[in-house]
Amino acid sequence: MLKGTGVCAGVGLGTALVVQTQALDWSSVQYAGAEQEKARLAAAAKSVSEALAAMAQAMTSQVGEHAAEILSGQIMMLADPFMVGQMNEQIDGGAVAEAAVDAVCGSFIAMFSAVEDELTRQRATDVADLRDRLLKTLLGREDQDLASAPAGTVIVAHDLTPSMTVGLKRENIAGIITETGGATSHSAILARALEIPAVLSVPGALEAIAPGAKIAMDGELGHVYVDPDERTVKDYEARRVAFEERRAVLKEYLGKPTVTADGRAVALYANIGRPEDAAAALEKGAEGVGLFRTEFLFMDRDAAPTEEEQLAAYRQVAAQFAGGEVIIRTLDVGGDKDVPYLGMEKEENPFLGHRAIRYCLDNPDLYLTQLRALLQAGAEKHNVRIMLPLVTGVEELRAAKALLEKAKGELAAEGKAFDPDIKVGVMIETPAAALVADLLAQEADFFSIGTNDLTQYTLAVDRGNARVAKLYTVFHPAVLRSIKSVIAAAKAAHIPVGMCGEAAADPALLPLLLAWGLDEFSVSASSILATKRSISLWSAADASFAEKEAMKLSAAESILGCLNSMKKE
Amino acid sequence: MVSKQTKIVNPMGMHMRPAGMFANAMMKFDSDVNLVANGKTVNAKSIMNLIAACIKCGTEVEVQCSGPDEEAALVEAVRLIDSGLGE
Repeated sequence: MLKGTGVCAGVGLGTALVVQTQALDWSSVQYAGAEQEKARLAAAAKSVSEALAAMAQAMTSQVGEHAAEILSGQIMMLADPFMVGQMNEQIDGGAVAEAAVDAVCGSFIAMFSAVEDELTRQRATDVADLRDRLLKTLLGREDQDLASAPAGTVIVAHDLTPSMTVGLKRENIAGIITETGGATSHSAILARALEIPAVLSVPGALEAIAPGAKIAMDGELGHVYVDPDERTVKDYEARRVAFEERRAVLKEYLGKPTVTADGRAVALYANIGRPEDAAAALEKGAEGVGLFRTEFLFMDRDAAPTEEEQLAAYRQVAAQFAGGEVIIRTLDVGGDKDVPYLGMEKEENPFLGHRAIRYCLDNPDLYLTQLRALLQAGAEKHNVRIMLPLVTGVEELRAAKALLEKAKGELAAEGKAFDPDIKVGVMIETPAAALVADLLAQEADFFSIGTNDLTQYTLAVDRGNARVAKLYTVFHPAVLRSIKSVIAAAKAAHIPVGMCGEAAADPALLPLLLAWGLDEFSVSASSILATKRSISLWSAADASFAEKEAMKLSAAESILGCLNSMKKE
Repeated sequence: MVSKQTKIVNPMGMHMRPAGMFANAMMKFDSDVNLVANGKTVNAKSIMNLIAACIKCGTEVEVQCSGPDEEAALVEAVRLIDSGLGE
């Protein structure tokens, strides 16, 4: 069995279509004379340029204009007369077109990589990609056409690129397996959007899986069987059917209100990372947005987004959820999210460093632009809420509010419409914020508990570090007590409290959250129906009983065991 | 040859988009156009060389043009740089 990271739940059974990473070896190409080689080069450049333009257009309509910027940059590079001149000089010196491309692109890659500036170094990747496209075209190699894959295909690739996935037919793809990529890679996003079971980061997949091999895979556990025995096939087929049935059962919860078994209504919201995610969340019945991450606006580009650009994105989601709240988290950079043009310094300890609200408060111009956009986005429906990440105490909340007042003053002076009473909440994700939740509750309009960072910081565990990842659990009594006291502090101050971390969708944790009185659950679109169903199975009495039993215990493992034994299915 | 001293003012400096825009605009002229920045001379019609030169905001540059339409090329180059290269 091969193991990787499961990024899209579901069971896949099918036949492997292996997308080989092509060796672009040109050593056997014969020199056909200078004119001939130059003509080959020009033809290849033209065809690559056209292909890039077509991709840029497809990308622009699918994802938005900024996503296509790298492609249009590559088109400009291809048109560089200096670079083309150098290649032709190489050809005059007796090099075949392939050798000229390799040498000249190679020299630019070396030049770009040698520069201190991170943005320039990133361009080296673009040149390398351009070189590979030119070589492929010159050698007559074609990218495998995935659009014509037959029914029951499991795609096996080193990585999926946007160009490979244009025109992919969902109904024919049983699964996706790649050697690289994590939960936020293009492959993962695509798999989830199309609901295709996917296992990424399977080392050596291309060697281990022969074209045409039978595959049984689990996109949740990250398991892949190559040419499985009969028993495994049976087992996986049964699970595939069960999974599809469960998906069908959950569909019955579509359009139903979110209530507990004894009729208490709770808010069920969605976490989204881009305005495009709002549609999927609405389809699954999200009543609002509990966490709208804004990093997407700032990443994969070479300058900060303008106020207008931000406003358009926020306004779009606010309009789609006109009847509900849209909680937008201000820029959360740093930690593992690097944005090169912001000029953040490399830090010894980025998760304890200059990130999120710390960075924003120290760069008030950047922050003011975002606050101005948020204020204006709420002008019409008054449904936009501002959430501050990585707060540790009232100082940051006050500083952010002072900037917000400044932004309001500017907008009023400019005669622009905005929501003057916009609500400002705190994301509780540091142990410090949890410990002073009662103080924060006096000055915040709402809380949202971010369990991922709260767990990591409370337990001092980097869950990306395989050696200690097993220590990472929300069921550690330290984390549970934190969550309980944060909810209690919010209740005492009569402000709403939600949860937007992954734990909000965990059925084992649910009775505790219901017993403590959590008002709002914010989960990914794919977890909305399952969470709605889980909530509907618990009454206040059952939840309270489970909470008492579980909280008597002192070890994470026994607490989880106890809760699992009482889980309602 | 004609030349003029100016300064890069757009916040991103000569990155991909501004560099591409500048190189494209310079290609319309028959004259050779070079930028002298940080002691290096860069062919201004080449986006690759402009990116590799890594010319940041605030850098003093000298624009040098030589050829049949050197005056016009110089005026246009300085105008583009001073107006922030489309940023």
